[in-house]
Amino acid sequence: MTVSGGETALFWVLAPLMTLAALGLIFVRRAVHAAICVMFVMVGMAILYVAQEASFLGVVQVVVYTGAVMMLFLFVLMLVGIDAADSLTETIRGQRWLGVLLGLGLAAVLLGVISAATFPPAVGLAEANAVTNPVALARVLLADYVLAMEVVGVLLVTAALAGLVLTHRRRISPKVTQRDLARERVAALPQGRTLTPLPAPGVYAQNNAMDTPALGPDGAPLEHSVPRVLRIRGQARSATAVLAAEESLVARELADAGLLTADADADDDGARADGARDAHQGEER
Amino acid sequence: MELTNYLGLAAVLFAVGAATVLLRRNAIVVFMGVELMLNATNLAFVTFARIHGDVTGQVLAFFVMVVAAAEVVVGLAIIVMIFRARRSASVDDVNLLQS
Amino acid sequence: MQTLSLAPWLVALPLIGAALLLLAGRRSDRWGHWLGVLASAATFVVGLVMLLDMLGTPAADRVAQHTVGTWLDAGGLHVDLGFQVDPLSLTFVMLVTFVGTLIHVYSVAYMSHDVDRRRFFAYLNLFVAAMLLLVLADSYLLLFVGWEGVGLASFLLIGFWDGKRENAVAGKKAFVMNRVGDMGLVAAMMLMFAGVGAVDFATVLGSTGSGAVAGAGLSEGTWTAIGLMLLLAACGKSAQLPLQAWLGDAMAGPTPVSALIHAATMVTAGVYLLVRSGPVLEAAPDAQLVVAIVGALTLLFGAIVGTAKDDIKKALAASTMSQIGYMMLAAGLGPIGYAFAIFHLLTHGFFKAGLFLGAGSVMHAMDDDVNMRRFGGLARLLPVTAITMGLGWLAILGVPPFSGFWSKDKIIEAAFVGEGWRPWVFGLAALLGAGITAYYMSRLFFMTFAGRRRWSTDRSDDEGRVERHPHESPLLMQWPMIILAVGSVALGGILAVGNRFVTWLEPVTGHVEHHEPILPVWLLMTLTLVLVLLGAALAFRQYAMAAVPTDAPAANVLVRAARADLHQDTVNEAVVMLPGQYLTRSLVYLDRTAVDGGWLGLAGAVGRLGALLRKTQNGYVRTYAATMLGGLGLVALVVAILAS
Repeated sequence: MTVSGGETALFWVLAPLMTLAALGLIFVRRAVHAAICVMFVMVGMAILYVAQEASFLGVVQVVVYTGAVMMLFLFVLMLVGIDAADSLTETIRGQRWLGVLLGLGLAAVLLGVISAATFPPAVGLAEANAVTNPVALARVLLADYVLAMEVVGVLLVTAALAGLVLTHRRRISPKVTQRDLARERVAALPQGRTLTPLPAPGVYAQNNAMDTPALGPDGAPLEHSVPRVLRIRGQARSATAVLAAEESLVARELADAGLLTADADADDDGARADGARDAHQGEER
Repeated sequence: MELTNYLGLAAVLFAVGAATVLLRRNAIVVFMGVELMLNATNLAFVTFARIHGDVTGQVLAFFVMVVAAAEVVVGLAIIVMIFRARRSASVDDVNLLQS
Repeated sequence: MQTLSLAPWLVALPLIGAALLLLAGRRSDRWGHWLGVLASAATFVVGLVMLLDMLGTPAADRVAQHTVGTWLDAGGLHVDLGFQVDPLSLTFVMLVTFVGTLIHVYSVAYMSHDVDRRRFFAYLNLFVAAMLLLVLADSYLLLFVGWEGVGLASFLLIGFWDGKRENAVAGKKAFVMNRVGDMGLVAAMMLMFAGVGAVDFATVLGSTGSGAVAGAGLSEGTWTAIGLMLLLAACGKSAQLPLQAWLGDAMAGPTPVSALIHAATMVTAGVYLLVRSGPVLEAAPDAQLVVAIVGALTLLFGAIVGTAKDDIKKALAASTMSQIGYMMLAAGLGPIGYAFAIFHLLTHGFFKAGLFLGAGSVMHAMDDDVNMRRFGGLARLLPVTAITMGLGWLAILGVPPFSGFWSKDKIIEAAFVGEGWRPWVFGLAALLGAGITAYYMSRLFFMTFAGRRRWSTDRSDDEGRVERHPHESPLLMQWPMIILAVGSVALGGILAVGNRFVTWLEPVTGHVEHHEPILPVWLLMTLTLVLVLLGAALAFRQYAMAAVPTDAPAANVLVRAARADLHQDTVNEAVVMLPGQYLTRSLVYLDRTAVDGGWLGLAGAVGRLGALLRKTQNGYVRTYAATMLGGLGLVALVVAILAS
């Protein structure tokens, strides 16, 4: 058989790219980038499979590796912390040059063996794949290797169970139920806790950020509606300053439009009772 | 083009995967290196299947994939466990074998 | 013999007595000593029955073996638990049981104030059992059991009062020096087994061939080696040169022990062994000559030491050594001497036991003092003791017609038989020994019983003499002394008349034609008597007529040497102990530096190598992966090279 020109071109395009991507595995600092490199290699591998008359394996490669295995990798990366960039400084003395040497040596040995070995003339899979590649594969897999396949099935089930067992976290304290939480809240009432959820931060015409307190029924800002962290950091904004800024803006707009008349048909849906409400709703409109 | 070019590519990828295992400290990246090595062998299997005109090579590659999938499940579970215990995914931190 | 089957009981009865006394513990404290006496007396009765039976047996049938069963059956070695009953062993049985029973009785009174009297009797019974096993055994191996048994009993009894350190040390000294001899016996047995393939008397002695001709299987050299090893054993047990040093210290034990074990019976076991092994010595003339030389040397050595000792018991111990030297000399003279060796052994057993019991009686009277320089003039106060000891004294001097005359004179006579230099050397040594014996025994007697009193009944004595209140011993102590004194007087004469004893032993020692000594018998007898009289007279002049200083006066080199046992301990230390210690120390040093050093160095090298290799085990997975990959690369490389 002969290799078609298209395949040759495909190979010479893909092979350097795949090699580069694989080298990225060694050199990139972030694990996520490494995962993307590997994904590229695997997709390229799938394409090469298809080109090599192994269309079934090509599909399986995409489904299993890029679809399942690499997704699993990404999940674990997210669990571990996707931001972490690895330091590439070597800590084990001599490991770096040893690794480089061994990698290059291994490549040299393998390439040497390949170049030294004499292969029979390529037969090609046209004949074997006459009944289509999946059928040909199935005939071998389910006839000659049926026992191995079943064993591998068992292995998969076992591995799945192993994954469950290994990542299972044993509970070391009794489970906290709704009832426990409710009881705790009621018990904490004397310390100033409330039964209801805390009020949400304020929502204003131009501002609905977490750092601005809401206004209470009496128009006073509710400090505890701002998340505690922001308050402690001193990042909470003052509600009155926001209101004042909005009011001055509204006033300027109205003056520009010549509509200095007060807003008569104010809908009284909210609990907001001060003048800010008018300005606010006017702005909404 | 000769089919042995595929084998050469497989060899290079395998060596790169091995070097990754030796050089990287992040357990997940090391694991990716292992996957890369497995894939390189798969490519060699597929190429040999084509050279010999026998799909058995592809069947073997298929088995490798399945076993690799199982291995990934268990391996990643172990990594997660180690991370939980040590707050680190570095293989160098797991050196209790040291005397 | 119909009573042959009684033989095991001779051993069993005292053994049962000892076991009962030891196992019953304090419960038997009140009656234990009488049980001991009973066991000993019963053994004597059994022995007497056998003796009477043997006397009624024709001489040809008097040698018999009684086999109880197989003792050891290990491959080529087959040993029966058998008893040899013949005139020789029965003679010993009678001596041991008779003297033993008398001493048991004596001890009842002598040890009456000792809280451990019951234990003492247990040991005495144990000794009797072991001694009877020794003389009744029909093989060297069984003899060895008895041999070790008497050694053990001797050790236990020397150190009986082990509350005092020197007593315990004396016991240990005796034990250790005896072990040296025991090694000789063990070596002799090994040689016998290697050469003859058996260790029983019948086979070993039967394979020596007749007379002085070497046996069929073994060379004369082998028999010489066996004979010398047996001699070594005999030297250990019988306190002969060069293993004589323990006997003097053994006097640390209670006096009845000294009388029974270290005078009458156990120390003569070596003589028994040599006489019993007579055919071996005859097959090895060189060994026989060494035996005679050892005997002659020891008899002079003991006699010289005896002249200077102020300790009454140690003087008697030196005398014992000397007298056993006579027996060894006789045993080394060959068949003509065997009967006289045993004869002298028998009479010596009586008169020396009597002398020791007398010494015990004197010590009893003098508050356990043993220094003769603080005795003197005791004859009137201790009449029975004085008379019995006097009879023993005359007996050991060899004054006719007392026992010693009959036996010792015969040995001197036999020593003069032969050709060349031997009769002159051995004969003159024996003759000289008789003179010295007369001197030191007379010295002992006169210092104790004659002369001025060197003690006082007053508490405050103006001459600085010690206060003593001598009194005669109780009847229980007197009677054994009297009986032994009677034996000392009459036994020799009775047995010597018509060569009765020699004839009695003939089934064992063989018939020997009479040999004429190189000097006429009458001359020898006269010479002996003259020497004895001279010695006694000298002692009389020095210790009965003249005043004896209560402290040993300064003396010349020879006397000082004799007082120090001719420096036997110094010699032992210089010749054996110090080189041994140096050898041990150098071996230890060699072991530590060379042997241990080598192995430790090797171990250290391995350890350091391991420490180096340990560095590769740094716990880092990546290093292991690198190692694996390196190995894989190497394998691939090798395969590639081999394949191409």
